[in-house]
Amino acid sequence: MTAAGASLRPISGPRTPAPGDIARRIQRAGLGRRRGLADRGMRTLALVASLTALVPLGGVLAFVAIKGAAALNLDLLTKGPRALGIGGGALNAIVGTAQMVPLATVIALPVGILGAVYVAEFGGQRSAAVVRFAADVLVGVPSILIGIFVFTFLVLPFRQFNAFAGSVALAVIMVPVVLRTTEEALHLVPASLREASLALGVPVWRTVLSVTLRTGLPGILTGAMLAIARAMGETAPLLFTALGSRLVNVGNFGQPMDALPLFIYRNATQPNAVLNDQAWGAAFLLLLVVLAINVLVRGRSWGRRIG
Amino acid sequence: MMTVDVLPPPTETDPDPPIERPASEPVGPLGESPPSRSASPDTAASGQIEVESLNAFYGPFRAIRDVSLRLEPQAVTAIIGPSGCGKSTFLRSLNRMHELAPGARIEGRVRLDGLDIYDPSVDPVQLRRVVGMVFQRPNPFPTMSIFDNVAAGLRLTGRLPKARLHEVVERSLRRAALWDEVKDKLRANGTSLSGGQQQRLCIARALAVDPEVLLMDEPAAALDPIATLRIEELIAELRRTYTIVIVTHNMQQASRISDRTAFFTMGTDRAGYLVEVGDTAKIFTNPSESLTEDYVSGRFG
Repeated sequence: MTAAGASLRPISGPRTPAPGDIARRIQRAGLGRRRGLADRGMRTLALVASLTALVPLGGVLAFVAIKGAAALNLDLLTKGPRALGIGGGALNAIVGTAQMVPLATVIALPVGILGAVYVAEFGGQRSAAVVRFAADVLVGVPSILIGIFVFTFLVLPFRQFNAFAGSVALAVIMVPVVLRTTEEALHLVPASLREASLALGVPVWRTVLSVTLRTGLPGILTGAMLAIARAMGETAPLLFTALGSRLVNVGNFGQPMDALPLFIYRNATQPNAVLNDQAWGAAFLLLLVVLAINVLVRGRSWGRRIG
Repeated sequence: MMTVDVLPPPTETDPDPPIERPASEPVGPLGESPPSRSASPDTAASGQIEVESLNAFYGPFRAIRDVSLRLEPQAVTAIIGPSGCGKSTFLRSLNRMHELAPGARIEGRVRLDGLDIYDPSVDPVQLRRVVGMVFQRPNPFPTMSIFDNVAAGLRLTGRLPKARLHEVVERSLRRAALWDEVKDKLRANGTSLSGGQQQRLCIARALAVDPEVLLMDEPAAALDPIATLRIEELIAELRRTYTIVIVTHNMQQASRISDRTAFFTMGTDRAGYLVEVGDTAKIFTNPSESLTEDYVSGRFG
């Protein structure tokens, strides 16, 4: 109480603090001690909250691993569902995903990457903002709506569920992801590199291809991989399009085709333990693949940031 | 194609110290007699740039007003002046890089060997192969090796047999005084070099497409004094072959390396204009304009 406030400092001239004055001002007391306690309390709370956020991920991983590892056997990987009765494997789903996702990628990458090139390199402020906004909205559209949308113009006219429609639906999901990540990657390419290239007399198209896209390639690949991982796990857009099938469909995109998420959905809802186990096995397989892609991509960019 | 075949032979390591230039060069009145017209008669006339009432705009903003001057071949012209006076814009209007900015446009004429580079018949992409540019910050392509950086201009603009490519890359690196330092690591990444080496790499890259004119936008501003010295030595060497225009903030540098100096400043409407151009010795010792004298003596700017 005797300290600071009590003695108003003279405006000028010497001032000699009494011995111990300064020490008293800076030592912990009353308020300071309470602040320390509050600090420790809030830190603990924040830590608990962040751990809680990790629980679902850990839970899903552990649950699927435990339940699925046992069911993930050679039969599941190499056999289709039995024609009669119960058993067999998920080959129809594996083969289906391995066809529909690549086709979707082939459709989505050019559209997404070229769209991003337009937005980042050529578009004016306005058109770029419009495309960017549309892409962001599309990311937020519930995937079942995309399924219905594709259903109306690629299934209804032919009166036939087909794998091509499934691929298109997955591509619609992928395009905005690819576009936005590519655009961000291109924005990170320094303008000085474009200038250097143009100043050498390199045409604009060649500059975009060999300098801008080439320099942004790691980021573009990251976006593509994340989009692929996303498409692999989508169920809703396929319900109305590829439909799913108990038969192993190789190459016939005009007919229904199965996919891992569809397989999981179907088998998990059956009143049969063997089928349920197959669903767990397929879920584990899907998780492994998607996780591998994510770890690969993130690990790479993580390593780059450190290195 | 037009490239390589006319590329002059690599200069052997020259015994004479390149920076010390004989003081005997003609110091004539404005715009007269470019120094030391040696060499073959056919190169003597080529590479001259005549700028005639040049105005450059960014949208409604006029960045430079009514600039007229001549840039001589086989000489270094330094552009000096305070920040924002349009030096870089002027430089970029000489290889039509200016027009790449949104809303940018040009009025007036720039004649290279008599041909207006803004004539509709001129292809800006081809023009930039003849009028090369080096930037303030070294900007090698980070995805390319040292070799590929130098080869980039040739690879990306046309086809060249592999053997020729090797030859041109080595020549260009020799001309840029970088060969001895990188000849054993041509496959290393261009960005692994030091800043000064990177800048010489960028110069080699610009030389590889065989330009006649070399525009340099503060090429040593991001470098330490020793790297700067090497760039200046290099410019003195290149001066024999090319028309060199260099923007610099460093007046000592301008007086050291240039034959002629153009002083720009900014008007009340923030448009840059040319105050005076002449032989460097005159500009720095006995300028005609008091504005120039104030600037070079450090009283303003």
